Order: sequence, then C-alpha cells, then structure tokens
Amino acid sequence: MDLFEYQARDLFAKHGVPVLDGDVIETAADAAAIAERFGGRAVVKAQVKVGGRGKAGGVKLASDPQDAVAKAEAILGMDIKGHTVHKVMLAQTADIKEEYYVSFLLDRTNRTFLAMASVEGGVEIEVVAEQNPDALAKIPVDANEGVTAEKAAEIVAAAKFPAEVADQVADVLQKLWVVFVKEDALLVEVNPLIKSGEGKIIALDGKVSLDENAEFRQPEHEALEDKAAANPLEAAAKAKGLNYVKLDGQVGIIGNGAGLVMSTLDVVAYAGENHGGVKPANFLDIGGGASAEVMANGLEIILGDTDVKSVFVNVFGGITACDAVANGIVQALALLESKGEAVTKPLVVRLDGNNAELGRKILTDANHPLVQQVDTMDGAADRAAELANK
Amino acid sequence: MAIFLTKDSKVIVQGMTGSEGMKHTRRMLASGTQIVGGVNPRKAGTTVDVDGTEVPVFGTVVEAIEKTGADVTVIFVPPAFTKSAVVEAIDAEIPLAVVITEGVPVHDTASFWAHAGAKGNKTRIIGPNCPGLISPGQSNAGIIPADITGPGKIGLVSKSGTLTYQLMYELRDIGFSSAVGIGGDPVIGTTHIDALKAFQEDPETELIVMIGEIGGDAEERAAAYIAEHVTKPVVGYVAGFTAPEGKTMGHAGAIVSGSSGTAQAKKEALEAAGVKVGKTPSETARLARELIAAAQ
Repeated sequence: MDLFEYQARDLFAKHGVPVLDGDVIETAADAAAIAERFGGRAVVKAQVKVGGRGKAGGVKLASDPQDAVAKAEAILGMDIKGHTVHKVMLAQTADIKEEYYVSFLLDRTNRTFLAMASVEGGVEIEVVAEQNPDALAKIPVDANEGVTAEKAAEIVAAAKFPAEVADQVADVLQKLWVVFVKEDALLVEVNPLIKSGEGKIIALDGKVSLDENAEFRQPEHEALEDKAAANPLEAAAKAKGLNYVKLDGQVGIIGNGAGLVMSTLDVVAYAGENHGGVKPANFLDIGGGASAEVMANGLEIILGDTDVKSVFVNVFGGITACDAVANGIVQALALLESKGEAVTKPLVVRLDGNNAELGRKILTDANHPLVQQVDTMDGAADRAAELANK
Repeated sequence: MAIFLTKDSKVIVQGMTGSEGMKHTRRMLASGTQIVGGVNPRKAGTTVDVDGTEVPVFGTVVEAIEKTGADVTVIFVPPAFTKSAVVEAIDAEIPLAVVITEGVPVHDTASFWAHAGAKGNKTRIIGPNCPGLISPGQSNAGIIPADITGPGKIGLVSKSGTLTYQLMYELRDIGFSSAVGIGGDPVIGTTHIDALKAFQEDPETELIVMIGEIGGDAEERAAAYIAEHVTKPVVGYVAGFTAPEGKTMGHAGAIVSGSSGTAQAKKEALEAAGVKVGKTPSETARLARELIAAAQ
C-alpha cells in the first residue's frame, strides 16, 4: 500500500525523523488558518500517489494566507496523470541550501534490504541512477543486523555526504530504519532530504509503501487506506474478503489460484483478438476452497460490473474437488436469484482435475439456461470472448 | 532419483495439529510420505491418530530430529508465528524446510532468510506461500495433490500452485520426477535457479518445465543460468501478460513496477536462452510433448 506524502510525513514525525510543520486539508478555505500559523507563507502541495506533480503544477508557493487559499483552490480538483487531487498539504517553507536523497527498500534479487543515498537529491532518483550512477550509493542492509551507527556511517561515507552534515544524516538514517522496520514498510524514501540555511537536515518530501501482509500486527495501518479512491467493486470485493482487481475489459473472470487466474486473463485476451478485441474485466482468485458462498460472493461482484458481458469460470480442481465447485456454481446462481438479483449474463465454465467428470455432470443435470461448459481452458476462453462480443 | 525429496525422506510437520496441518498431514500420509512426527510444544509427548497411523508430537524440531531422524519439515503455522517456526528449523539444522504459509510479512521472510545465511545455509528453504514439492510415487511435502500424475521424466519448477497442477495434469501420461512450487512472494528461499541446477544433475529428469509470473527478475536470472549451465531441454511459461502496472495480482510478489517485472521481458529473456515458451498452459504442454518426442 503506497501512502500519501502527508501520511509518510506523519510516520516520519512519529519516529523522530525531522520534518517541517504541515497539515492536510480538503477544503481550500481551511488553508488560511494554517498559513497564518506558519507566519503567512506556505507551500501548497497536491497529495497524489504519482510522481511528477511539481512539473504538472501541483506544488505552489503561497505568499500569504489569502494566497494560500487561492493556490489550494487551484490545486484541489486538478488532474495529475489521471489522479484527481482531493487533498492538499500545506507545509512550512524551507530555506534549501542542499538537496540529498536517502531510501531503504527491499532488494528482491538479493533477498535482503538495501540503503540508497545520494548527495544529488531533489530530482527523480531514476535519472541520477541512469545519468550518474556513481552518485548513487547502494549499500546492502542485513535484515537482522539493521542500521547500526556503523552501518549509517558506512552509508554516509559511501554517498560522500559533506562532513558538516555527516552526523545528522547518520542519525536520520537510523531513525528512517526504525520507520522501515516498525511500520513493516517495503519502501521508505526521502527526496529531497535537505540542508537548511541553518545547516539542519530535514526530510522535506517522502514516499512510504507498507506491506499489507503485516496488517495483522499493524492495526493502525487500516486507517491509512485511501478508501475514497478505491474502485467501488474492489472495495465491495475486499469487504467480502475476495482477492479482486478491476480491469477494463468485458469478460468477467473467476478462477482458483493466483497463477491460474493471471494465466486465464492472458488466454482470454488472446482469444479476444479474434472477437472484436474483448478483454478480461477483472482478476478474481477465489482460492483453494471455492465453496458455494465464496462462489456466490464472487459472482455477485462480477455480475454487478456493468462492463461485464460474459463470465468465464476457470477452475482446476487440485485439493478442491470439481463436484464441490459445480455445486457451488449451481447454489450460487440459486442464491443470487433468490435474492432477486438479475442473473442475465452467460457463464462459460471449464472444470478440470479432481472429480472433473462428476462436476461437469452436476452442471449438465442442473441445465441452467445461462451456463455452458467447455472442456479446455483455451476453448472456454474463446467461447467466453465470443459471447462478450455479441 | 528426483530432487530435494525422495522415498527415504523423513518428514515432520510444524503446525500439524492445526486444521490445515491436520488435513494435509492426512493427505501426505495417504500418498505414501513417511510422516514421522509433528511439532507442538503444548502437545509434546502425545500422539495423534491420523487415519489409523499414530503420529508422535514433539516439543521441538531438535527433539523430533533426535527421536526420528527427520530430514524434512513442512510448516503450516499461521503468518504471525512463521518466522519463529522457520528460525527453529534453521537452528535445528534440518536439511529441508517447506514453508506453506501464505501472508508472511516480507520483513519476517527477509529476517529468516538472513538468519539461514548467518547459520551457513544448512537448511534449504522452499517458500513461503508455496504448495511445497512432490516426487510422485515417492514422497509429498506440502499440498500438491498426489493423484494428478505418477513418476516420470519431467521436472517442474513453478511460482504458482494451480499452474503446477494444470501442467502436471496436461502431461500426466508422461509423469514427473519432481514438481517444486517455489512460491509467489517477493522473497523466497529456493529459486528457479536452485531447482534448475538440481534437475540438470538429476539423471531421471529429461526435460524441465519452468513456470514464472510477473514481478521481480527471477525468470531473467534463470534464463541467464539456463544459457550457461543447463543442457537439458527447458520449456517455459510466464503468466501475467495482461496484468496492469502497479497492481498486485493475488501473489504478493506478482506486481509490475514501471517497466520491470513484465511478462514480455521474461518471455524474451527465456527465449534468448533457447527456452521454448508457450503462450498458454496448453501450448506449453504441447511444446514439452514435442521436445520429448524429438529426443526419442
């Protein structure tokens, strides 16, 4: 889960990382009082989870409280690379002498953590990495040893921070490591980390991404979710405990197992090339169990998607037996119809694996007018794409 | 032969007395696996009747190894306790730990992986978030259904459980030496490369099927390894061509970030290494079949 800048700032402050005073608002009029608090001047920053907001006009300097309201008004509602600005952060202005970069992240390739640091901050770090790779220090951090004073000094030396800020930067690095570990983050990035006119090191802008697998021990993280921005179908699916991602096609997909469902999306997209370019409408993994209730929940979400023209249920019975899945489909349809929901979209079902023949027979005997079976994954994808193109 | 797991493997289950642990202990026993014990400190000294087999419960992994000679542990404990279970297995120096648990925080996995390294990598870790591995007709450590296919000459390594089952099913008439599900998390123990190396060295394996998915660069690195070290034919499949950037597709590790981790890049890397890559699971099975026919 990626956080907004103001949320990252709050986490930094919580763990003692030096930040500037700031506040987030959704109504432009509220900007005046905050700017007043800062002594009049304020930086007004769009809160969007996408890079390049400065270039897009999403960061403006306000000279007085009235100007802060005007600037907030101009930025709220802006579209930045497809992201609508619903919140702006007002921050104290900073006297920037130098801009640096520091981050901690997961290094998947080496199965460890990595510290990255550069004295050339303030620009996209990808640009530094490409144009001047020597200016970006990369130091592995052992998950169990962490960032000790020695490790922090090593990072500072590798990135060639000036001597007069070395101790301060090392201290900030150790505090950012605490943020990284205590908050179960996958990424903690400060860009820029600045040296102010008074020689103080301050985290001016930050990015944090949190590990959703750690939610069981991070009860406070749920409040950080941007529920307003979530697709309503995705929100409804999440509430039902379903693993669902909305896509922009016409063929609804239900399958078991993440890999098989990803593969199903691909096979439907290939099939769609012969049927007017139809595409998968969603990712939905109902997991190993595939009970009637889970199947009904999944079907309800997918049939509620107005983009969906046909549904492809693709199940390989491994641990789950296909007869249980078939019964699940029959019961799910009955359940939805009994709830008065209009089930009007055709379902193409492919069952293979454990008890497949029994499962197929159950569906054949049920003889539901909207359900048709195709024995192979490729064939069923083709049929579902064809039906979606009608 | 087979890789990592044979008929002689003595398997214990950490978390055996939980519902998932019990269900799969039953299945593993039914498929002929030598299950020699469970581990649960609160039930140490008792035995559990699993469909007529009395399975002893030990207090620790160390005790289980001392009393039974166990050399494999399968871990079913919930995510909050997975790290300590794996650390216990590493400290006991058991040769193979198969971590089935889904939803383990990355900080925990990175931590037990670093611990394994600090202890000299005496324990091979498979997973987490994986279906385990099976050497058909010999032993089954995890949740892969044992009745899909029997022993044969294909070796399979995969990030995905259900795609493993699908390919085993499509090639069930040929059979498998071993099928290894390495898991779909961002940090995993055993990699594609580890399994490729073992299959290359396994005399029973004549062809390797490698299944990947979006996210990370494991497939690209596997491709480089294949080009350099694998002389047996390899058939590949990659899932997630249509996955949008920045969205996690079920598996925590299955995410395209910017231009990295795409299915297209993985497919191209594998093809450049001489791997035949199928467009769909069925086409992948057909390619495997053709290569086996051509070798005869």
